[in-house]
Amino acid sequence: MATTRLDIVTAERVVFSDDVDVVVAPGVEGQLGILPHHAPLMTMLLPGELRVRRGGEEFYLAISGGFLEVRPDRIIVLADAAERVEEIDVARAEEAKRRAEELLRTHPPEVDETLAEAALRRSLARLKVVERRRKRRPGVQPG
Amino acid sequence: MADIRLIRRRIRGIQSTAKITRAMEMIATLKMRRAQERGLAGRPYSEKISQVLADLAALPREVEALHPLLQRRPVIKIAIVHITPDRGLCGGLNANINRRTASLILEQSIPVTLIAVGRKGLDFMRRYGRDIRAEFTRLGDRPSLLDTLPISRIIIDDYTNGIIDLVYLVYAQFISTMVQRPIMQQILPVEPAAIPRAQNVDYIYEPGPAAVLGELLPRFVEMQVYHAILESIASEQSARMVAMRNATDNANELIEELTLMYNKARQESITKELLDITGGAAALA
Repeated sequence: MATTRLDIVTAERVVFSDDVDVVVAPGVEGQLGILPHHAPLMTMLLPGELRVRRGGEEFYLAISGGFLEVRPDRIIVLADAAERVEEIDVARAEEAKRRAEELLRTHPPEVDETLAEAALRRSLARLKVVERRRKRRPGVQPG
Repeated sequence: MADIRLIRRRIRGIQSTAKITRAMEMIATLKMRRAQERGLAGRPYSEKISQVLADLAALPREVEALHPLLQRRPVIKIAIVHITPDRGLCGGLNANINRRTASLILEQSIPVTLIAVGRKGLDFMRRYGRDIRAEFTRLGDRPSLLDTLPISRIIIDDYTNGIIDLVYLVYAQFISTMVQRPIMQQILPVEPAAIPRAQNVDYIYEPGPAAVLGELLPRFVEMQVYHAILESIASEQSARMVAMRNATDNANELIEELTLMYNKARQESITKELLDITGGAAALA
């Protein structure tokens, strides 16, 4: 089966770089799955989970927005932040979610509502990825 | 005899100074390496984002109309993001950056406002009563991208709101461990023409080129600010490393000289004592 190179990079580091079979990403116009030989594409991403299949294994990353670029030879994800499941700090994500929900409920005038909403979406994305991992225990080791 | 004791005390003092400068040198080496690694780790992202930007800018249309951060306006007010370390003991680095910004300000015939990053530069500009729009200190030795976002936020907002029309970054460019040079870099308006294009691929843009560009440009600016700060940290640490190595060498040289003096004085005093004793014995005999 054909594979394609996937690079997930943030401003701070390279999160993932390997040959993969399929990438499913949260695009602004809906989930999109990308197979090898996809047409060149440049799309914005929403906070959410990025699903990657490589060989027989499948794994998830939490990303908080960014861009996805499909080139003839590779797929590049420019993420604002990206974490593999084992890097996610569940307690912190829960805390962030609680805080964001609190802000949205009370919405004090000094807080930008869209920012609070974005924060909520980011924390939810992280928690969802962790949740997936739990269900699939013992789960595959994303390498 | 007091002379000997004094020399010995000085030697001890200089020895402990040398220990401190030696330790500082080693710490600076470590921190420099870490800052360099972080800069390298972010390079794929910055290369990618520059490429995408260049591709977008090459689209056949009036680019400047696409996004406010690309629009060139008549320049009425300039902003300089002046990036320096928080601390001294790094040779001439701070003085050099401060001088660079100062001369840049003096060259301008129009008002300049400053965004001071780092305490050394802030203190300097305050002393000269410059117009300081914002100040950021205590970013530490390993700031994350998140820590630097408020800086980019301010220049992007001020630029978009028409408060400033041109923004420069001034910081210490890391050339090598021995050489750091103050550099001035235009950051706003973004000039995509300056970015080299890799290849020509016709993309499908979702939701559309203008929207992608709108999201991309602020990130491009944020990334440049972040990188300038990382580079400034690498420069600071390597300048400190060299300064501390020189200090340690000087201290060791001084110790050698003083030890020689000490030994001479000690020998003299022993000779004198012997003379006293033999003299006394002779008198008794």
